[in-house]
Amino acid sequence: MWRLSAVLAAGLLAAQSPKYGVGRTPGSEEIRALGATVAPDGTGLPEGSGSAAEGRPLFASRCARCHGDKAEGDVGPALVGGKGTLATAKPIRTVGSFWSHATSVWNYVHRAMPFDQPGLLTHSQVYSAVAYILFLNGIVGEKDVLNARTLPKVRMPNRDGFVPDPRPDIRRTPR
Amino acid sequence: MKKTTRRQALELGAALGTAMLAKAEEPRTLGKPLSGYGERSAFVKSARATRVSKTPEAGSSSTPLAETYGIITPSSLHYERHHAGVPAIDPAAHRLTIHGLVERPLVLTMDEIRRLPSVSRIHFLECGGNSGSEWAAKNGPTVQRSCGLASCSEWTGVPLRLLLEEVGLKPDASWLIAEGADACRMQRSVPIVKALDDALLAYGQNGEPLRPEQGFPLRLLTPGWEGNVQVKWLRRLHVTSQPYMTRDETSKYSDLMPDGKARIFTLTQEAKSVVTFPSGGQTLAGPGLYEITGLAWTGRGRIERVELTLDGGRTWEDARLDEPRFRLAFTRFRLPWRWDGKPAVIASRATDESGYVQPTREQLIAARGTNSGYHFNGIKFWRVADNGSVANVEA
Repeated sequence: MWRLSAVLAAGLLAAQSPKYGVGRTPGSEEIRALGATVAPDGTGLPEGSGSAAEGRPLFASRCARCHGDKAEGDVGPALVGGKGTLATAKPIRTVGSFWSHATSVWNYVHRAMPFDQPGLLTHSQVYSAVAYILFLNGIVGEKDVLNARTLPKVRMPNRDGFVPDPRPDIRRTPR
Repeated sequence: MKKTTRRQALELGAALGTAMLAKAEEPRTLGKPLSGYGERSAFVKSARATRVSKTPEAGSSSTPLAETYGIITPSSLHYERHHAGVPAIDPAAHRLTIHGLVERPLVLTMDEIRRLPSVSRIHFLECGGNSGSEWAAKNGPTVQRSCGLASCSEWTGVPLRLLLEEVGLKPDASWLIAEGADACRMQRSVPIVKALDDALLAYGQNGEPLRPEQGFPLRLLTPGWEGNVQVKWLRRLHVTSQPYMTRDETSKYSDLMPDGKARIFTLTQEAKSVVTFPSGGQTLAGPGLYEITGLAWTGRGRIERVELTLDGGRTWEDARLDEPRFRLAFTRFRLPWRWDGKPAVIASRATDESGYVQPTREQLIAARGTNSGYHFNGIKFWRVADNGSVANVEA
């Protein structure tokens, strides 16, 4: 629904020329310096690579303090488990049970983790950390190498678990 | 005339006794001098409610809705929801970059943004998680705790459409990825139809620059939508052909249904209202006249009607709505009430211009179960006891 009308609207705007002339044009390097931002199809993933084997010591030193030694959760949320719980009375939403895209995990770890020092990790360290979390969830092997080419191909267990907004879904109260 | 008055006063003073005369002559103390920045009365103690946390940079604080008047929330009491703390940003150093599927990428300074044609509009802001605890039980003890992740301000800024026209959208542009300058570089995907409709790049709030907690110096405003998508400390708008499925639009702020599927991009905040007086934690002094009042809002235009029940939902009567009623803003409702000292169960029910009627909690649960956690807009009941104390209905 969003997309169809957006295409029409965008078509109307594209032909116009600048009216106000404010601001300046950024260079491509300047845009890159804003930081990586990653689409579900992998667009925007940077160079670098990592595996769960490399991620294990990194997780112990940078992540376990909040997420627990086995990513079972502590101050920070659990990153493993919960598979098969989404349709029960006590759903457990983790990277393994709930997240739709491995690219979203990379994008989030890259921009927001570790909680008290976001931006600390190199791109390869982010690949390693994500690989380790996915390994703990049984989604990738311990030596599988994740990079800009392989990460978007990882299929998350709950990939098809999301549906569009059907609201309003409550019938009018009888008067 | 003057002499007579003085003599009369003296006679009166003598008649009433010398003590009273002495008191009348006691000098009064001067008040505080002029000041550069106003402070509220020392007797007013209203405050946002916070919770003890090991990570106080991530979490929320709620507005004391029962202690505000009219429809504007004081900026100092506007609810907060932060994910990595409140950044301290020098507006002279702040930049907004618009890039991606555009003809002419742009970098703008705050001074440049403020030179563009602007508007001021009154809009509510509500966290998608407001009233989330009500899914589990009807036991939010006060309006602030059960419903306080909602506030309303006059916002000033530039229509986003204007800047998208300036950069020129490419034909397959359909989403914006908005990014904040907070430590976690908070990110949400925004359908471009909303950006071209009524979205604002806001730099003003209630007559002053945005408060840091609300995104100083610049935030995205998508009126009527959940707060999380209205990215604060806005530094980047990346125009794309797809949503980026960010953490906060998939694993958070999505509504998990009983079948295990989660609804995503449930962005519109549906019609909601709550009685702020009498409400949980308050006490009525005794039988007699009171004014029942509260707030209503909807992400689908204007509030058209608010009904009140005093008998737990058996009968309803219309409250008076304050005018003017702005679209996508708080609407204040009122109804005089003569309390007879007997127990009462009070609630409000809002209807918006789309015809949508605020549902009961039971209706919401019948449709969505109890796991969704977000977007609760059910009717909130308060019980007035015969001693005048007011509490949630499960207390």
